[in-house]
Amino acid sequence: MLTYLQQLGRTGLDVAAGFGRAGILLAQALWGPPDWRYGPGLLLRQLHFVGVYSLVIIVVSGVLIGMVLALQGYTVLVRFGAESALGQMVSLTLLRELGPVVAALLFAGRAGSALTAEIGLMKATEQLAAMEMIGVDPLRRVARPRLWAGILAMPILAQVFNMVAILGAVAVGVSWLDVDAGSFWSNMQASVQLREDVLNGVIKAFAFGVVVTWIAVFEGFDADPTPEGISTATTRTVVYSSLAVLAMDFLLTAIMFGVD
Amino acid sequence: MQSRNIEISVGAFILLGIVAISFLVIQISGLSFEDARRDTYKLSAQFNTVAGLTPRAKVMVAGVSIGRVTAIHIDPISVRAVVDMAIDKKADYLTTDSIASIKTAGVLGEQYVSIAVGGSEDILKEGDTIKDTQSAMILEDLIGKFVTNFSDKK
Amino acid sequence: MAMPQNLVETRDLSFSRGQRLILDSLDIHIPRGKITAILGPSGCGKTTLLRLISSQLRADRGTILFDGTDITRLHRKELFALRERMGMLFQSGALFTDLSVYENVAFPLRLHTDLPESMIRDLVLMKLHAVGLRGARDLMPAELSGGMARRAALARAIILDPELIMYDEPFVGQDPIFAGVLRDLIRRINRAMGCTCIIVSHDIAETLSISDYIYVLTEGRIIGQGTPDSVRNSKDARVSQFLQGLPDGPVPFHYPAPEYHHDLQMEKV
Repeated sequence: MLTYLQQLGRTGLDVAAGFGRAGILLAQALWGPPDWRYGPGLLLRQLHFVGVYSLVIIVVSGVLIGMVLALQGYTVLVRFGAESALGQMVSLTLLRELGPVVAALLFAGRAGSALTAEIGLMKATEQLAAMEMIGVDPLRRVARPRLWAGILAMPILAQVFNMVAILGAVAVGVSWLDVDAGSFWSNMQASVQLREDVLNGVIKAFAFGVVVTWIAVFEGFDADPTPEGISTATTRTVVYSSLAVLAMDFLLTAIMFGVD
Repeated sequence: MQSRNIEISVGAFILLGIVAISFLVIQISGLSFEDARRDTYKLSAQFNTVAGLTPRAKVMVAGVSIGRVTAIHIDPISVRAVVDMAIDKKADYLTTDSIASIKTAGVLGEQYVSIAVGGSEDILKEGDTIKDTQSAMILEDLIGKFVTNFSDKK
Repeated sequence: MAMPQNLVETRDLSFSRGQRLILDSLDIHIPRGKITAILGPSGCGKTTLLRLISSQLRADRGTILFDGTDITRLHRKELFALRERMGMLFQSGALFTDLSVYENVAFPLRLHTDLPESMIRDLVLMKLHAVGLRGARDLMPAELSGGMARRAALARAIILDPELIMYDEPFVGQDPIFAGVLRDLIRRINRAMGCTCIIVSHDIAETLSISDYIYVLTEGRIIGQGTPDSVRNSKDARVSQFLQGLPDGPVPFHYPAPEYHHDLQMEKV
């Protein structure tokens, strides 16, 4: 009994210590003025790595999800003769929930895991230690551009996801299922609110970007510098950031759209 | 050369983001630049009840959208609902004897303001009020009436 | 101001990781301008010692003097300044994988100096020439063989002409030719630049042949020290056991624990 209690205590302390280390990492990486010695090239390179490379999976998944949403929505709505509300249903689902969340999950799987593996590998091959020796803070040179790249890329990816998903829904709903294009768009435009839906979606995507990149970078730095350590850290990145995204989505939804 | 390619692709990426957000803002949420240019004029109408009508609801003539509801408030004197509408300047054919009514698009659809244009020569101008109105049908009231009529006849 | 005779001195230096004591009260003197070797089987704390001297790790107890300053008390900023006077060759080379060989070597210069590009170019090419890789400047680290990567890393480590160069297992995993090349380079750099060198290794033959002074370390303690000759002729059973491991090739040194226990049992008999 006491051993279990002790184990619980130790786990609790470990978790708290992990949060502490992650917080310190974030603070140290983002604190302080930008260091132009490294130039904007690092941020650009990371935007390329994190953003552009994730684009394919985001676009393909977006189109498919939009198409599925339209198909499913249509089969339900047509029973009430309300298929003209398809655009409204699809766009609200995407803008408020599905867009940011699915994009963040894909982002965690594509970019987050890659970030963790890359940083873990830099640690294993002593590149981080070499930076320390040369007099560069790895948190500044490695963590900072990656954090910013993730934070900037995620809202862009989520909006691209929303756009292609809605276009996918148009392709299925309007072109295939013959929902009237006029009522599709006008219903959508009448029900979607700029601040409430579009802006809140962007805020969500931004928050998810911070969390996913933060977890990915931290797990990379915290990884055991061994092949097993890196692979566990990569798995942890995907699992933790997915959970964090879903939990945060609930919180943010409660705050944004919750009961007044 | 490699860094040039990176710059180009990141530039394209950011451009794509801008395209996506503008697509969402303009096409999806319906914030057209026409709204921004404010080439609309204001009309209002008083209803006994607006049940379910919301700001940004459409204003239609013969099923064609000509404007939007901008605000809904209570007139403290008559204690009726006042609906303010922004009407497209191009819609300069609304006569003073037009009838405004609140209707529902389909059974489950959203509510909108429908304006039936009358035969008068006088045209409504900025700030005018449509006097002739029909309030929203409230399903519960209808059912209630139906039930009482039914039991009276018995 | 009189320069201390030893560039680096550790006093009563201890370090433990969790429950395990890795370094136990070490007193090591690294004389200026000489090549000092720390020999010992894998896992005896040699690399940890280097990390402590370069302050990548903080000691639990004891002091480390670098040129008379106690570096265990320095702040991060002062440490970074101090590290410009040190170079380190990591076991894996640790070239930055996103930069070419040329940019890797130029990296410390760009960071710490405001030299014009032409001067940087000359300095980088000089160092690359010294390690024989002038022609490989445009290659990426992934395109280099292990030996070439380590030589490129050496060029980067000496680009700022440091007073102290630390070599972490420089000979491990090298074929005989590269090991010879590297040994030659280490000695040449030491003589030409007059810098102080610390070599951490378990390759006895290579290390003994170029060192001026040797410490033998086992399980975080010094079990023998002296010039190569005196260490070679040491009467200490543990030291001679370690040195006599040589004919068996490098394998026994990679699996030191069983051998060490075996050794202890022999002592008791």
